Amino acid sequence: MANRTFFGGIHPYDGKELSKDKPIKTIMPGSELVYPVSQHIGAPAKPVVQKGDRVLVGTKIAEAGGFVSAPIYSTVSGTVKGIEKRRVVTGNMVDSIIIENDGTYEEIEWVKPAPPEELTTEEKINLIREAGVVGMGGAGFPTAVKLSPKEPDKIDYVIANCSECEPYLTSDYRRMLENPELLIDGLRIVVSLFPHARGILAVEDNKSDAAKILREKLGNDPKIQVKVLQTKYPEGAERMLIYACTGRQINSSMLPADAGCVVNNVDTLCAVSNAVREGKPLMERIVTITGDAIKNPQNYRVRIGMNYRDLIEDAGGFVTEPAKIISGGPMMGFAIFDLDVPTTKTASAITCLTKDAVAEYEPSACISCAKCVDVCPEKLIPKNLADAAENGQEERFVAEYGMECCECGCCSYICPARRQLTQLIKGMRRIQLAKRRK
Amino acid sequence: MNEENTSTKLRRVSSNPHTRSAVTTSNIMFWVTVALLPAAGYGVYHFGINALIILLLSVASTVISEFVYEKAMKKPVTVGDLSAVVTGLLLGMNLPSTVMWYVPVLGGIFAIIVVKMLFGGLGQNFMNPALAARCFLLISFPAAMTDFHTDAVSQATPLTALKNGESVNVLNMVLGNIPGTIGETSMVAIVIGACILILLGIIDLRIPGSMIVSFVAFVVIVRLAGGHSINPAYISAQLAGGGLMLGAFFMATDYVTSPITGKGKYIFGIFIGIMTGIFRMFGNAPEGVSYAIVLGNLLVPLIEKWTLPRAFGIPAPVKKKAEKENGRS
Repeated sequence: MANRTFFGGIHPYDGKELSKDKPIKTIMPGSELVYPVSQHIGAPAKPVVQKGDRVLVGTKIAEAGGFVSAPIYSTVSGTVKGIEKRRVVTGNMVDSIIIENDGTYEEIEWVKPAPPEELTTEEKINLIREAGVVGMGGAGFPTAVKLSPKEPDKIDYVIANCSECEPYLTSDYRRMLENPELLIDGLRIVVSLFPHARGILAVEDNKSDAAKILREKLGNDPKIQVKVLQTKYPEGAERMLIYACTGRQINSSMLPADAGCVVNNVDTLCAVSNAVREGKPLMERIVTITGDAIKNPQNYRVRIGMNYRDLIEDAGGFVTEPAKIISGGPMMGFAIFDLDVPTTKTASAITCLTKDAVAEYEPSACISCAKCVDVCPEKLIPKNLADAAENGQEERFVAEYGMECCECGCCSYICPARRQLTQLIKGMRRIQLAKRRK
Repeated sequence: MNEENTSTKLRRVSSNPHTRSAVTTSNIMFWVTVALLPAAGYGVYHFGINALIILLLSVASTVISEFVYEKAMKKPVTVGDLSAVVTGLLLGMNLPSTVMWYVPVLGGIFAIIVVKMLFGGLGQNFMNPALAARCFLLISFPAAMTDFHTDAVSQATPLTALKNGESVNVLNMVLGNIPGTIGETSMVAIVIGACILILLGIIDLRIPGSMIVSFVAFVVIVRLAGGHSINPAYISAQLAGGGLMLGAFFMATDYVTSPITGKGKYIFGIFIGIMTGIFRMFGNAPEGVSYAIVLGNLLVPLIEKWTLPRAFGIPAPVKKKAEKENGRS
């Protein structure tokens, strides 16, 4: 059953030594917090406050805009300054609720739910839905929807994605070291939602100390095990992780539930525990501020809505002018041109690099070295797909499984001719996805 | 200071990933050149200064041809990627040390202009330029290209001797102390170079391994069918002789002209191994690696089409297997 790993993959410089030994530091926000209504996959949340309203820590400021959606809560006390378009990490302008922080952090009266053991599955899922929990690994899929598959009794495994394969990121690692109970509690709650499920904490072997702590804290839990996987990017990609943990394969048109699996990120499970046990909404997350351009790389406990610039300034600012600032890690993150963007539920890190490896070289002719083929975890031929994308050969692109690409970036990383393989494939995938929606 | 530099400047963006491996085309070509040097160096030691002149002429010819062509066609000059150096060096290593000066020069021009540039330059040629040029020279100068004399004494290569049923000194063949082209004689030097490329991850054993194994299997079968016993010395001599090693590790593995699919690499290697066996055992000439590889090159598009892998998670089209998988989950 166990493979410990998947096909292909790469070993990029991981840069984790910059911040892995820095304990999580709590940082307080500045005067203005920004909450984009789209921080998740699905319908945007609908604002339920108006300009001038007084809000407290934990006040719901936007409600779910549909079944696949999630509510948003204020993380400070203060006054709603307005609802206007603000820039987010992807570069888009998104409707956002702006709150003026009064600095008192007055909280609402929390309603503590009954202990999880006394709650029904439905009640637990409702608590998670109401708390606005979404996949905090980056995708932002509403967790309550993920936890409500059509056939809950067919779920065999709940996998906690503790692999953190993205270079530079250490937020999940610090969570595992500092809040193992919270993580395990979240996993136990999710496992309890499915009658036949067992839990797996999937950790890469470069974090064996975290695996050891998790094992100790687990004790003799017959339903949950720690699984140590080979360190390789993209070990934490959902399809790769499921394969490494269970030997089951899913393709792009299947859900993990089709293979009897549910996969959740570390921070998400911590938020699940907070939601079900304490009745508290998702209001904070761990963010790694790192990169060779940052003076004091650091892991922060950040209130959602905080400005990126405040985080970078707290980390000592820049040692040298960064060539590139990335929201997330260098493989899957978004390059940002402006620091005035808010921390959202899915913001795992800000990586500031002094060297822009992309601008360093111009793409040159493909020499068919087949390195992209050897590293592709989806067993695709990235060279052919990129050629098809470049030449507008849509049928060929689809026939050669272009839609199976998970956009992990391994092919672009490895290409000695510096071709923009992932980028070309991604562009064509967007075109095809848009056509399918029509 | 911090306030200042975190404030207003707009920064460069691009689509992910934002990091790249250190390996580029030109440093791959650089390491291939380095890996060829033991064999080339042995050739110079073994055949003398004439060998060095041939190698230099050959490299100069390929590099200058590429430069002149690109200048004349007003295209960006790409000699910096070092691929022309590799072509030139390989071509020189595939020539006898006794050829006239114009042979490597003509070969270099043919390799670059006809085989590489006319088809679109780096990455677009469908045959290995050095080998295609060698085949061109073999046809144009058949006598000079197969004349392996040293010190004015004409000698038969070990493969010719084997073909005539004579015995050969296997140790000399492995070390390279035999007649042949400049770069092909020393198996030891070639394998040292190949190890460098394998350790650096530039080539792997899929093509050379399947080529050598299938060649040996073919030779063994033919020998057994012909009523001979299996003689390890004969097999070793076949392996060490001629261009098999140089071809397997440095020419069949040429990125541009070998398949990119995993299965395709094995099929390609096996095809070349068997073709080499056929040429050597049944052909008129004692050697046939060059022709085998060039023929293999021509099949690459077809092999790639046949061996297109099924993507991860796409169930096999066979019904039974799909049912089994559904049953399990």
